[in-house]
Amino acid sequence: MDLLRHVRSDVAVGYGGSARLRPLEFLPWIFAIGVYFLAPNYLPLGAYILIMILFALSLDLVLGYGGIVTLGHGAYFGFGAYVAGVLAVRFSGDPLLGLTVAAVAAGLLGLATGAVILRTHALALLMLTLAITSIVFEVASKWTVITGGSDGLHSVPIKPILASFKFDMFGKTAYLYCLAVLLAGWWLVRCVVHSPFGMALAGTRENDARMYAIGAPVYRRRLVAYSLSAALAGVAGALLTHTTQFVGLSVLTFELSGEIVVMLVLGGIRRIYGAFVGPIVFLVARDYLAKQWPEYWTAGIGLLLIFIVMFARGGILGMLDGLVARIGKMKPGGTKA
Amino acid sequence: MEAFLSSLVSILFHGLAFGAILYVISVGLSVTMGLMGFVNLAHGVFAMAGGYLMITAMQKLGLAWLPALLLACVAVAVASMVLERLLYARLYGAGELEQVLFTIGLIFVAVAIARLAYGPNPLAAPLPEYMKGQTALFGRTFPTYRVVVIAASAVLIVLLWLGLERTRWGAMVRAAVDNRAMAQSIGIDTGRLFTFTFALGSGLAALGGALGADLMAMTPTYPFEQLVYFLIVVAIGGLGTLRGPFIGALLIGIGDTACKYWVPQFGAFFIYAATMVLLLWRPQGLLGKAH
Repeated sequence: MDLLRHVRSDVAVGYGGSARLRPLEFLPWIFAIGVYFLAPNYLPLGAYILIMILFALSLDLVLGYGGIVTLGHGAYFGFGAYVAGVLAVRFSGDPLLGLTVAAVAAGLLGLATGAVILRTHALALLMLTLAITSIVFEVASKWTVITGGSDGLHSVPIKPILASFKFDMFGKTAYLYCLAVLLAGWWLVRCVVHSPFGMALAGTRENDARMYAIGAPVYRRRLVAYSLSAALAGVAGALLTHTTQFVGLSVLTFELSGEIVVMLVLGGIRRIYGAFVGPIVFLVARDYLAKQWPEYWTAGIGLLLIFIVMFARGGILGMLDGLVARIGKMKPGGTKA
Repeated sequence: MEAFLSSLVSILFHGLAFGAILYVISVGLSVTMGLMGFVNLAHGVFAMAGGYLMITAMQKLGLAWLPALLLACVAVAVASMVLERLLYARLYGAGELEQVLFTIGLIFVAVAIARLAYGPNPLAAPLPEYMKGQTALFGRTFPTYRVVVIAASAVLIVLLWLGLERTRWGAMVRAAVDNRAMAQSIGIDTGRLFTFTFALGSGLAALGGALGADLMAMTPTYPFEQLVYFLIVVAIGGLGTLRGPFIGALLIGIGDTACKYWVPQFGAFFIYAATMVLLLWRPQGLLGKAH
């Protein structure tokens, strides 16, 4: 009971919280539909943001809920992107087939590499996640016959979704396609987090010694979470290939793996919707700032990160929570504290 | 056979020079990580600062190579001490994720500053004339600059070894690495020890960055690009020791050079694969202590 209370106090969404849908949880979807109708010029950026949200969501599962600090989640995203690209070039450009194959392939890669990574801790674990991303990068960059090397794969032929919805040049189909897949991914993560499995995962993060003591298979729980997350990241990667009809080495760089961590933390880890808020703020800010100061805008991101670590560990949503709690406290007394 | 031997000697020599630089830069990272358990991904920032400051000191202040090198080293050490007191020290008790994020944030800021001050293109440090030629050794000729790099690193390594094994400061560092609580309880001021050790490690990184500026050219993204190398050296060597990263740096320096020479089509693939196998076999590194 003690453990449970501790977990509950620490977790905004997850075991201990109610699994029922709150009205507020419809907001992102209403917002996304609104963007579709009100800002048609921003749909390509919007689709990219939706993809990054799915990627951040997959990361939240391991980094937030599993407590596994990784700097190499781009390996699975990039692997999924390449699998989808190569599949479309060599075999068939059917998007749903591509998503399925990318999910399975990235999940298997997650299973194989996770089995290695999760045997270690701290620096060794961090190092291994970096090494695995670097290996996948090297393979993609040197195996030019299959991957196109540093040129990547251009004009990947993608067929219409369900043989009826063609990808149009305004990005309308792409946007809705990403939104639909994100909805499915969000539902999956939400179910996992609220399941008994999600509670066990929280337990391995909070106190693995106690989890061992009550006979829980800590390693296996983490491995399952890691593979699942890798599969989701692979789906996000495949979405990127499908919507841009291009896959290049940038999906496997350390920068991307680092950025997705930054996006997630910016929004707030371990609360599902942090993975929504972070990428939106980060990517819109980058879209705007990178136009103004293409070379120096990273300083802003860096300062923001330092600020979050020093003063606002919960990210943007954590700050909002704090604000709401303060206002709630102020009301009954009527005077300022 | 003669050609093979010749290429072998060349690989060993160039690998040794690269490994020596890697060691000088990474040893501080190993000691501070072992001492404070702080995951400092921004260590490369100090190496980059050293390289850039040396270039500035030579071009703007007109200093000669050696004084510029030493000035850069001291300046970075002092600056890192301020950084440690103001920012790093607040996060010693924090989780791994916080430390990783904070140091990535520092890298982002440093990259932007470097770009602002020095532009996006790689800069090489101007070498003095006497280092540009070849030196005859054992009936072969070697580039003088790399001979200097190896010799200077060897001297540094000996000094460092003596410092850690023979001085009072060294004994205190070893005690704090072994058991921080115990060291504190017998009256060692670990806070001050950390600050000085951190400054020493950053100063060494600056020295390595400046010394190796002709091997690893200075670009604003240097801290990101070289990060994996520094981390590999420390991870496979083991934390908190001098000997661990030494072995790690030699392995990586020579291995990387050999791979690039013999199997360039595979890039750095074997280095990463070997790192993985090694870390699986010994997660705490070759000479690290099991926890």
